[in-house]
Amino acid sequence: MTEQLPTAAGVPSGAAPDLTLSYESGVELKARSQWAYARMRFFRHKLAVASLIFLIVAGVVAAFPAVFAPYSFEEFDFDHIVQGPTLDGWHLFGTDQLGRDYLSRVIFGLQTSLWVALLVGVIATFLGTVVGAIAGYYGGAVDNLLMRFVDLLLVVPFLVILLVLSAYLGQGKPLRVGMILAFLLWLGLARIVRGVFLSLREKEFVEAAKAAGAGDLRIMFRHMLPSTLGPIVVTLTLLIAAAILIEAALSFLGFGVQPPTPALGKLIADGQAEGFASWWLVTFPGIVIVLVVLSINFVGDGLRDALDPTQRQRS
Amino acid sequence: MLTYVIRRLLFSIAVLIAASILVFWGMSMVTSPIGFLREQPNISEQTIQNIEHRKHLDRPIYIRYGYWVNDMVTNKFGTETVSDIAIYPDLKRALVHTLQLVLVAELLAILVAVVIGVYSALRQYSVFDYTATTFSFVGLAIPVFWLALMLQVLFVNIYLWFDVRIFYVASLSSVDPGHGLNYALDRAQHLALPVMVLMVASIASYSRYMRASMLEVVNSDYVRTARAKGLDEKRVTMKHAFRNALIPMVTIVALNFGGLLGGVVVTESVFALDGMGLYFITKLNAGDPYPVMAFLMVTAVFVIIFNLIADLAYGWLDPRVRYD
Repeated sequence: MTEQLPTAAGVPSGAAPDLTLSYESGVELKARSQWAYARMRFFRHKLAVASLIFLIVAGVVAAFPAVFAPYSFEEFDFDHIVQGPTLDGWHLFGTDQLGRDYLSRVIFGLQTSLWVALLVGVIATFLGTVVGAIAGYYGGAVDNLLMRFVDLLLVVPFLVILLVLSAYLGQGKPLRVGMILAFLLWLGLARIVRGVFLSLREKEFVEAAKAAGAGDLRIMFRHMLPSTLGPIVVTLTLLIAAAILIEAALSFLGFGVQPPTPALGKLIADGQAEGFASWWLVTFPGIVIVLVVLSINFVGDGLRDALDPTQRQRS
Repeated sequence: MLTYVIRRLLFSIAVLIAASILVFWGMSMVTSPIGFLREQPNISEQTIQNIEHRKHLDRPIYIRYGYWVNDMVTNKFGTETVSDIAIYPDLKRALVHTLQLVLVAELLAILVAVVIGVYSALRQYSVFDYTATTFSFVGLAIPVFWLALMLQVLFVNIYLWFDVRIFYVASLSSVDPGHGLNYALDRAQHLALPVMVLMVASIASYSRYMRASMLEVVNSDYVRTARAKGLDEKRVTMKHAFRNALIPMVTIVALNFGGLLGGVVVTESVFALDGMGLYFITKLNAGDPYPVMAFLMVTAVFVIIFNLIADLAYGWLDPRVRYD
């Protein structure tokens, strides 16, 4: 795919073959912002667009499980017990020993997963951006403290800290699990934001803003932050994907979200407990996790191409 | 160089102490190893108080931490709170098992990933390259525990339908594993699936790194020089490009390896392997700080050592790197 660079006229080269003619013939050309170009680059990434559509559909279905799920989470259907995927009674993902419909259970579980992921995304982005910005802009003590804290977490395996924390502080509530995940995941984002701020601090436009009398906060969040948005958004997608995978693993091990709250990891653990002859109980919740995480990663990939075109040549 | 190593080690020790205080304090605050004893109706209060007294559980946290440090240094991590079982032999056995698993998986993964990465880079944007990229995307999106379960589902159902046992799906050895070659074969049949699970994630990320670093090297000036002076393509890729492209891999593998020794928790619990991860999970469930702390110290020391190896190896392989 050829990279389309903004030309002087503000139109990507090659988008319309006879641009110069139309320019001379007095046709008004639309000026496009950088965001418009980013959007155009994103929409050219077919896989990312398809993934985004899938995520929106999944998100809407998961947001209103009572509307979309054919059964409720704990509804028994004693006519269809331990049934593989079937159209009979619309048990598309099969049923377990109690005749509970796994498609419905997966939809309810997805709601919890996405809720935790959303929580992690919001908290980690806020903390990571603010702390990373302050550390990168001021340096000194804040910077030192942040980096030592990161070192602490690097020495002890990540999963171990997470398990210790969620085993005793999580108490099986999605809100608490999400907060613990966010508390550990914002560090990576903070480091990236810090790095960008460190290099931006020396740039001329920051100096100009300073000379014009802008305060520190204004320089940080009005002038520097927009240039950091690309890396932040891309890291955010990785972070949310990681949050979904980790939450599923935690719930599977029994340290994450606990019943009665539905969770995809717990559903898989339940399926495992019923024996491997009923393979659908393990298979379908997992496939949903894989599809969601894969789509998030593809969207992230598309966003990287869209927001940071220079990356393209390197990877 | 030596000052660098010493400074790094001193700093690591400080971080280690901080981490140990944090975890000991955290665990002691929210859980107790004898909590479940109180729920048993036929255990007298006197017995519980005896254990409390013997294990110093009736003292404040900082004194308990002191006792723990003392036990760790003089008595090889001490004993478990309720059962009085020595921690060190259990941990040692678990570590050997985990090392077996991780070493085999990582070596195979590196081999496969290097081949895939180099070939993808040499044939950039080819069908092979796109396929490899897609596979690594999928490999990174699959939850480890689910992949492990799916392999179990597959091989259990093969056994159920065709009565053929290709691999065992749980534990480390059969009840009667035999000796010599039979023992090794039995172990291999048991470890095959966990190794596969670990390999998938490792290959997915290593091959991406290998591809990126190979691409960078192949497009660099000195490789062009090598071509310009008339070396044949095989010499250019193998001798000039490939060897330098491996340097970043050393760092990534070393960092990952240190983490894996403590981080195979999920794989080991799904396959019920008697390794470090399962040990950790079991003891964490019991709420006993001593074994959890012992696990933490051992894995943290491994992570520190491998991080140091990663740094030193980088400087040794790439003379441009200087330690100050």
